[in-house]
Amino acid sequence: MATLGDLERTVMDLLWATPEAATANELRDAIAEAPSGEVGRELAVTTVLTVLSRLEKKGLVERERDSRPHRYRSVTSREDHTAELMHEVLVTAPDREAVLARFIGSVSEAEAQTLRKLLGGS
Amino acid sequence: MFWASYLLAALAIILAWPAPIALSRASWPARAPFTAMVLWQSIALAGGLSMIGAMLVWGLEPLGDNLVSASVGFLDILIDDESAETLGVVHVFAISAATLLFAHLISTLVLTFIRIRRQRRRHRDMLNLLSSPAADQPATLVINHPAPVAYCLPGGARSVTVMSDGLMDLLTRAELDAVLTHESAHLHQRHHLLLWAFAAWRSALPWLPTSRLAQRAVSELIEMLADDEALRHVDEPTLVRAIAIVGSGALPRAEDVLDDPLADDPGRDTSAGAAVTGGTAGTRSTAHRLSRLLTPLPPLSRFQQGLALSTAGLLLVVPPALLVAPELLG
Repeated sequence: MATLGDLERTVMDLLWATPEAATANELRDAIAEAPSGEVGRELAVTTVLTVLSRLEKKGLVERERDSRPHRYRSVTSREDHTAELMHEVLVTAPDREAVLARFIGSVSEAEAQTLRKLLGGS
Repeated sequence: MFWASYLLAALAIILAWPAPIALSRASWPARAPFTAMVLWQSIALAGGLSMIGAMLVWGLEPLGDNLVSASVGFLDILIDDESAETLGVVHVFAISAATLLFAHLISTLVLTFIRIRRQRRRHRDMLNLLSSPAADQPATLVINHPAPVAYCLPGGARSVTVMSDGLMDLLTRAELDAVLTHESAHLHQRHHLLLWAFAAWRSALPWLPTSRLAQRAVSELIEMLADDEALRHVDEPTLVRAIAIVGSGALPRAEDVLDDPLADDPGRDTSAGAAVTGGTAGTRSTAHRLSRLLTPLPPLSRFQQGLALSTAGLLLVVPPALLVAPELLG
């Protein structure tokens, strides 16, 4: 059974794929038509609306309130979100503990040169 | 019990200042990272305990010959409204300071835990949307990003290792294995608990040399421990190459910086260049790690390790012993 997390993911994938805003109805239809993933099945529109409001609360989706029914669009692109997430990991000072222990910490330019030499020589 | 409080105070000062400085300058921890880690933990624990204990014992001194009778006397004052005239202002001050310090340490520990948990949950939420499971590795996620990145996100049964496809492009299968075993060693050995405790220790007492030195040493030692674990699965040149490639490849080429959509935003220091070259704290640790792998030194002898571990054990025994000693001797 698809979890709420899977549904959020499916909805975000759809919204990221189109620049247009979409209504909950359109999203439900798109999910039903999607090639049978875990989520590929009939959903109630209320379920889609629940997912959308969760995503809105997380700041991932915004709602156009002047149209009826409301239309939803992604706040920024998938790439922007990824860049932001990776920024969290990369720029994190070594003393931030949430995302733990990146394989390589910060490297200075001088040190990187030494590393390149090492690679060239080996 | 005066003498016990003075001894505890002396121990607290030694553990707050000269001992951590000496340990942070020593070179042997690279030869026995696990032992060094145990020693750092006992320095922190014994240090905190003797700080609190010294003030408590000194403050309770007028109320009794030993800690138990003095504590009973203190409770009588608090609960049964016994006269507090035996206690001077300084004693009340010392007891309050001990209580406050204890509460401060515990609450910082809890608050740090909550903060880390919240950050992790948010990060995991975003990962769920943005990454996909690695084809042939359990508990591993792949995220689309050009920079070579690997890290792990602890969370009990939901712990995952994350790698970027930039990393997969750069490394051979064996080198990738080196990176992944390194990261899963962090998770298996519960390194996040150590990082949590020492991060809390530092934010509780940031002005104390020991908390800063301990945190730096611990984050360096866990990398060495994870490297050692990786070396049980891959050979040393492979691990060194993986570190070197990720380290040097992590430097942005100009086009990456331009492609980074956040780099345009002047309000945020988010260019990949700042990301990877910024900060010097990690630099020393990477150099340390590499030189340790390239010119391996023999591990500490059994005797030396035993000596260090007994010191650690002794440190943990002495403060409680000093707390109860007046009673036993009296």
